[in-house]
Amino acid sequence: MSNANQAMAARYKNNFLKEIEEQAEMGEWVKMCMQCGVCSGSCPTHFHPGWEHPPQEIFMMIRAGKREEVLTSPSMWMCTSCYNCYVRCPRKLPITHIMHGIAEYAYRLGLAPKMQPTLHLSQTFWRNCTKTGRVNEVRLTQSLYFKDGFMAGIKKGLEMKDVALGLIKAKRLNILEALGFGHKCKDQQGIQKMLAKARELEAKRKNRQVTA
Amino acid sequence: MARNENEVSAEAHVSEANGQRSGRRQYAFYPGCSSQKGASASNYLTSVESMCKVLDIKITEIPDWNCCGASISYAEAGELPRHVMNARNFALAEQHLPGQDIVATCAACWLGARETKERLEHSSVLLADTQEALKEAGLQIRAIPEIRHMVEVLIEDLGYEELKKPVKKPLQGMKFAGYVGCQTNRPFGIHGESFENPVYLDKLIETVGGEAVPYDQKVTCCGGALAFSEPDKAQAQIKDIIESAYDNGAEMLVTPCPLCQANTEIYQSQINKKYGTKFNMPVLYYSQLMVLAYGGTAKEAGLDGNVIRARKLEEFASK
Ligand code: SF4
Ligand code: SF4
Ligand code: SF4
Ligand code: SF4
Repeated sequence: MSNANQAMAARYKNNFLKEIEEQAEMGEWVKMCMQCGVCSGSCPTHFHPGWEHPPQEIFMMIRAGKREEVLTSPSMWMCTSCYNCYVRCPRKLPITHIMHGIAEYAYRLGLAPKMQPTLHLSQTFWRNCTKTGRVNEVRLTQSLYFKDGFMAGIKKGLEMKDVALGLIKAKRLNILEALGFGHKCKDQQGIQKMLAKARELEAKRKNRQVTA
Repeated sequence: MARNENEVSAEAHVSEANGQRSGRRQYAFYPGCSSQKGASASNYLTSVESMCKVLDIKITEIPDWNCCGASISYAEAGELPRHVMNARNFALAEQHLPGQDIVATCAACWLGARETKERLEHSSVLLADTQEALKEAGLQIRAIPEIRHMVEVLIEDLGYEELKKPVKKPLQGMKFAGYVGCQTNRPFGIHGESFENPVYLDKLIETVGGEAVPYDQKVTCCGGALAFSEPDKAQAQIKDIIESAYDNGAEMLVTPCPLCQANTEIYQSQINKKYGTKFNMPVLYYSQLMVLAYGGTAKEAGLDGNVIRARKLEEFASK
């Protein structure tokens, strides 16, 4: 168990619902769920196998105090942010954000599944876009391909070769970005300072350690 | 608790008359990183610029705008840092282009920015924290501008009639499947449209003389950012969309969003390999159709930026 996880488990003792309400974004909505199942039936990743536990089940498990099972589940990471559930829920739960919020919290506690590809994408995307203020699509793609090691990266790169060549031909992928000539914001320093402050304030509000 | 997009969207339409003040419509433009030059949706930008010229819409880039992080950065970013990134753009727009609505061309940018606006307007705690973070970059929010998608500007500020006037070459006899996807449709949507069957894209297609075919995958999710991290699942979703478009007689797909465009276009070859299909369907932006119907060239419409070339439209443009 990571330190952060131990500390939180101790702080909330057996009240997992309260923990989610206070720590996960929009977590205070979980108790409003009436278990109708509309969200599960609306979720695209449910039609194409993906979810271990659809949103309805996750919310039930939270109320049943199944802390470990919920926080280590791969389910939340399957959310495509399509907002189907969100617009259909009769109780108006902001399900998309709750799923993201639980996933984010699990990640902060070190409980997210190891090598979870969507978590990796999230990390890579955010770091890529906040480094200069703008996404560098070439570097983003490189770091995504090479996450499983050099050979796997080459293989993935070859599989995607046609896709990339098509984009280069159509002038939609700028190879110069790999060399650092890509798009950037002028006030990168200001952006860094602003984000550092935001992380500090968020940790303070949630009574957590500052991460990264 | 704040989940008030309905109230907010009602309020958003108060600004409908924006821009008419000075005769010419003016907007603070937020291109988003995918629409920059040399980026994956640069041809979207080309066509939008040509379209705006014809319609006399003035878009001015927000100086030094930053990327918003999109929905997918939720895990690494957390809550406040994500909102602060959007808030920086609000502050810059307000400072340099006062009184102008922000207009985005990317559905994800639009959604992210609207979400931030809504949360900041409903949570004084979040707003105070945001202001404190912005101070580090020498910025401050006074009033948050309205956040519009380019499609809203077209259909609400101009209207279909107005959009029809400059049509010189109607796209007669061409069949398009309007692919609305998720993020221009949910959770906010375009005012007055239903989530299950929004018709604005079909109407835009018809406005420029094309035929909008009905099909059942209009609002199906393409997998979004998971096309990268869970390619098999996303490609299964994309396959359903393209297949249904073909089955209903469409020759091309039309989208309002750079990520939908990329996902439904660039993976067709991989889907063909995996499923033995023979997909080769061009995927266009609404703005590309409009430029062509307004008599623009293939280049002005950014047709050279399509990976699956739209041969029929290229021929049409040269005539
Ligand atoms: S649709 Fe809403 S109320 Fe119904 S199970 Fe899902 S979250 Fe609960
Ligand atoms: S937003 Fe996420 S949880 Fe909701 S239906 Fe879409 S993929 Fe499923
Ligand atoms: S949504 Fe995507 S394209 Fe738009 S600014 Fe954010 S990261 Fe860039
Ligand atoms: S259809 Fe796909 S790319 Fe378009 S908004 Fe939805 S998830 Fe994003």
